[in-house]
Amino acid sequence: MTTVLPDQFGHFGRFGGRFMPEALIAPLDELTTAWREAMADPAFTGEFERMLRRYVGAPSLLYDATRLSDAAGARILLKREDLNHTGAHKIRNAIGQALLTKRMGKTRVIAETGAGQHGVATATACAYMDLECVVYMGEVDTERQALNVARMKLLGAEVVPVKTGSRTLKDAINEALRDWVASVDKTHYILGTAAGSHPFPAMVRDFVRGIGDEAREQSLELLGRLPDAAVASVGGGSNAIGLFAAFIPDADVKLYGVEPGGEGFDSGRHAATISAGQVGVLHGARSFLLQDEDGQTIESHSISAGLDYPGVGPEHAWLADTGRASYRPITDAEAMEAFRVLSRTEGIIPAIESAHAVAGALDIAKELGPEATILVNLSGRGDKDMDTAASWFGLADKETGRE
Amino acid sequence: MNELVALGKAGAAVRKANAEGRGALVGYLPAGFPTYDGALDGLKALVDGGADVLELGLPYSDPVMDGVTIQRATEVALAAGLRTRDVLSTVEKIAAYSDVPVLVMTYWNPIERYGVDRFAADLAGVGGAGLITPDLIPDEAAEWVVAADEHDLDKVFLVSPSSTDERIAMTTAACRGFVYATAVMGVTGARDKPSALAEPLVTRVKAATEVPVGVGLGISNGDQAAGVAAFADAVIVGAALVNALGDGGPAAVRALTEDLAEGVRREPSAAAGR
Repeated sequence: MTTVLPDQFGHFGRFGGRFMPEALIAPLDELTTAWREAMADPAFTGEFERMLRRYVGAPSLLYDATRLSDAAGARILLKREDLNHTGAHKIRNAIGQALLTKRMGKTRVIAETGAGQHGVATATACAYMDLECVVYMGEVDTERQALNVARMKLLGAEVVPVKTGSRTLKDAINEALRDWVASVDKTHYILGTAAGSHPFPAMVRDFVRGIGDEAREQSLELLGRLPDAAVASVGGGSNAIGLFAAFIPDADVKLYGVEPGGEGFDSGRHAATISAGQVGVLHGARSFLLQDEDGQTIESHSISAGLDYPGVGPEHAWLADTGRASYRPITDAEAMEAFRVLSRTEGIIPAIESAHAVAGALDIAKELGPEATILVNLSGRGDKDMDTAASWFGLADKETGRE
Repeated sequence: MNELVALGKAGAAVRKANAEGRGALVGYLPAGFPTYDGALDGLKALVDGGADVLELGLPYSDPVMDGVTIQRATEVALAAGLRTRDVLSTVEKIAAYSDVPVLVMTYWNPIERYGVDRFAADLAGVGGAGLITPDLIPDEAAEWVVAADEHDLDKVFLVSPSSTDERIAMTTAACRGFVYATAVMGVTGARDKPSALAEPLVTRVKAATEVPVGVGLGISNGDQAAGVAAFADAVIVGAALVNALGDGGPAAVRALTEDLAEGVRREPSAAAGR
């Protein structure tokens, strides 16, 4: 099913494409060619595979979460991407694109980051492969995520606070694109999610699809069959497409994307792009996005910085449109409850992004019943979220220490 | 392509200037900056100062092709509540003020959201000349091309120093009015020195098309305009005018426009006799 998508112009049905300045079209063509040639070259794919195994720690475990399963009322398997180097799935994409940067003979990398996870992954890959690295980060986020700013700097990256627009992730992407237009001859832009202009949605998918490929094989080994459902959180959509890609042709495996419902739709403060957005064009592709009546982008909200983006990758829009995958919102409060449940039942503190997927799986377990086996992408670990969690659960308060 | 068709409204204005032995002057200001009325005054000053074509910017939340000057100006407009319909009413008022063609420069999503055909109909209805679309390439523009042709509007696409000859041929074939050649690899904004990339790009474009070629990005005074007019059919100025309007109001726009208009008239002009 996906093997033919996107088409040569980067379209997933009516979504995707290239809505970019002409100045970047020839470089995007060159990138597309370089990426396709690299993926057909065993020397490149072999080196990528070697780095994943020897540096990242792939394949990540598939963990049979028995106590969580008891709480959920169905069998839950966790794909432990939180155990990867740097603590999330994002390192797969950063390593892949950094390796491609070297192959293209470019010496400088730029990236955007919201909470800082993709920035840290990119800075890590650049340190590992000796590339110059500049990370654009909204000024608001640099203040909220000072620890990740320090990490990136320690890894040798330059962090540029973006002071225009809403001073958050979408503006960091705008600023990275502005840099890229002026520097593309020696610079590669490592976009952090499976969104943006062609070839990024397909290229990022291919670099992270190891998540699902591994999990599919591990499921067959563990269960002797495929799971009934695969569940992942969706911000821009890279961890979800990384899990889904392997299962799209398996019609019996239901695919569920969990979107950040924030404080609920009625509040207007959410980032559930597919569930509540409309079709439009943002950052180079046609997809669903949060926009006002005039097509101006609306600021998103999620307790999870990694899901706090007003757009979504075009392949997810296509999967939603065709009905192959379904998407549902989980509120901040539901995600934090799942964060607590997973910590208490399994001793695993998840990223709040991944807690959305766990919360979705708890609901889906009720719908599918006790015989169901549900695969969940535990896309990242929760260390980075401890400030948020401490304040949410009142843990900073010495006396409480309550649930 | 039939050259008369490809000239459209803006192209005819450019060729009229070229027939006078000079380059045409294309001036940009965004709607709603510094206020709705202030933008109208700035646009009138552009007309009075001698601009041959106007570019009216439609403010957008995510302007990836714009440098800080235009970003900040359009943020002011949006923060004050400017709507797409206000951009159209601005076009209507300027079209009533003069015969200078008014192109709307816009990122694509606001048009898609408004409805492509509906926007084309409404733009034509208020006397607008067409669109300049910095993030819409002809490859993705089928719906716009149909709507523009239906409503007799100009379609200005961009070419860049990085464009291949093949893409230049394809893009210019899709243009009506003129083709916008970006002089630098970069975003909008006044620059101190002229770009060495512009002239070779114009040479490549002219080898591919009869459509007039406008050069923009970084041009900020009469001397620079004269330099560009020596090889291009039209000189496009944006950020410098926005700075002038913000700092000195319509009088400053008028003064800068007159300086630029003098620049495009300086001898020798290679634009003569096109």
